[in-house]
Amino acid sequence: MAEPLGALGIILVLLVVGGAVFADLIASADPNKIAPRDRFLSPSIDHLMGTDQLGRDLFSRVLHGGRIALSVALFATAASLAVGIVLGLIAGYGPRWLDNLMILVFDALKSFPTVMLALALVTLFGPSLTAVVVVVVLVNVPGYARIIRTQTLALKSAEFVTAAQSMGAGAGRILRVHVLPNVIGPLLILASMDIPVVIAIEAGMSFLGLGVRPPTPSWGAILNDGFTAIRDTPWIAVAGGLPIILTTLGFTFLGETLRDVFDPRLKGRG
Amino acid sequence: MILSVRDLQVSFPVGRLMNRSAILGVAGVSFDIAAGETFALVGESGSGKTTLARAVNLLQPISAGEITFDGKRIDGLKGAATKPLRREMAMMFQDPVGSLSPRVQVRDIVTEPFRVHGVEADLRAEADRLLSLVGLSGDFANRFPHQLSGGQARRVGVARAIALNPKLIIADEPTAGLDVSVQGEVLNLLNDLRERLGLAMLIITHNLHVVHHVADRMAVMYLGRFVETGETEAIFQAPAHPYTAALLSANPEPDPDKAKDRISLPAEVPSLLARPTGCEFHTRCPWAQSRCGTEAPAAQGTDRRIACHFPLSPGARPPAVQETAS
Repeated sequence: MAEPLGALGIILVLLVVGGAVFADLIASADPNKIAPRDRFLSPSIDHLMGTDQLGRDLFSRVLHGGRIALSVALFATAASLAVGIVLGLIAGYGPRWLDNLMILVFDALKSFPTVMLALALVTLFGPSLTAVVVVVVLVNVPGYARIIRTQTLALKSAEFVTAAQSMGAGAGRILRVHVLPNVIGPLLILASMDIPVVIAIEAGMSFLGLGVRPPTPSWGAILNDGFTAIRDTPWIAVAGGLPIILTTLGFTFLGETLRDVFDPRLKGRG
Repeated sequence: MILSVRDLQVSFPVGRLMNRSAILGVAGVSFDIAAGETFALVGESGSGKTTLARAVNLLQPISAGEITFDGKRIDGLKGAATKPLRREMAMMFQDPVGSLSPRVQVRDIVTEPFRVHGVEADLRAEADRLLSLVGLSGDFANRFPHQLSGGQARRVGVARAIALNPKLIIADEPTAGLDVSVQGEVLNLLNDLRERLGLAMLIITHNLHVVHHVADRMAVMYLGRFVETGETEAIFQAPAHPYTAALLSANPEPDPDKAKDRISLPAEVPSLLARPTGCEFHTRCPWAQSRCGTEAPAAQGTDRRIACHFPLSPGARPPAVQETAS
């Protein structure tokens, strides 16, 4: 196989996606069912990954946690793309002063550490999945917008753009028809490579109690459950940590392979 | 007159805050183009031809002068106010392939003016009609610009320009980057379309063969000014401005039996930042006299306008060349 890491990436991603989509079929146990008698059971045939401090089946919680992780990753990435593309096009095509102002805001946003941003937002609005998505969008948008802005700037004086202006096309049409299709490729590749980062942000915020509210299963929350009892019942932390590692690895391998195939110029970035 | 330009100036700011100044890319030119007429602008690179074309097409703000198109003043129009005019005046850009949007199919490129101006039409039929007008088969409709040769891309550009039957087409170097045989095809196509559709054309070029082939009248540009304007045939027969004479003498002549004495111009084109005093051509003019260095010549004449103190008589040879030739 020409791309062994890429193949491994595809397998891991398919496992995670399949597990999340068919969670109810694969794991019959209710991920939120509390069973005080079954607390801290080690892995067995009945409970493939054991149970946690409330007796909940960890295998089921991990699969359902995958749903949360993937849907947050997809939704937040899509939202980041939408906002980043629009802002980048405006900054690149709009007047100079607006460009300068927007770059200033992007840089200011980028200089915030992710966790600080998360803490500030959660303090204001309380922990929720929405907070996770907003944090991801705020973290991703400056980078995405800058990529689009730089390329838009380069295309602004291209002859086919001038030709469209000469024809009487408005800014909206020029950006939609003539600029966007030529600038979006590299961004889509970078965004696909950011999916593991988003998964890590969701897990991290849920670990800190800033993300999903209990009892919703999330890999970060499971990790936190296991964290306090890691000496006596390490399988809980493993159940939370392993999927995070495998998923981020899988998406990273896949993303890097895709990038190298589609756009060799970006090699070594990200 | 479809287009009248009076004393048009385009300036570009140079320098930083403290010593800011401006250079004149176009330094006051006037000309008219009648309906159905082809007018050519010739000059060296950097003489302001393209800037002038962009200014006429309102892609470049002007600093002084008037532009009247189809009886209406258009200089100073901005934004949505320019839109009706853009339907009547189409511009073709230098790079045949680069002026076509790379991710758009030819079918949509040639019919984009319909969409931009909200013209109701059967766009598929229009695309086929326009492509056949410029001599391309309907198969080209599904291609992307990178799948076209330079000549084919130029034809697509022409098709787009004539899509909404404009009154004036501005063609910036319509033959640039094309093989000689393709250049001829494109020029014949333009001539043909002009006759069939009654277009007026403003052609910008440094290729004198192009001028001779298509232009009714021409203007020779030097450092942003017209040095000579007139009927193409008359100017080619007897150039009166020394610069025109030098340009024409540099034009490759296919007939080897025709003796061609080249008038070579000394020195380089002066910088726009430091325009020569008096007649701006005197630093390179073989016929220059002392008056030329101090006093700027005003353009003389009506149909044929010449900005020179000492216009040449037909067949004049520069003094320096006569010495070495004998």
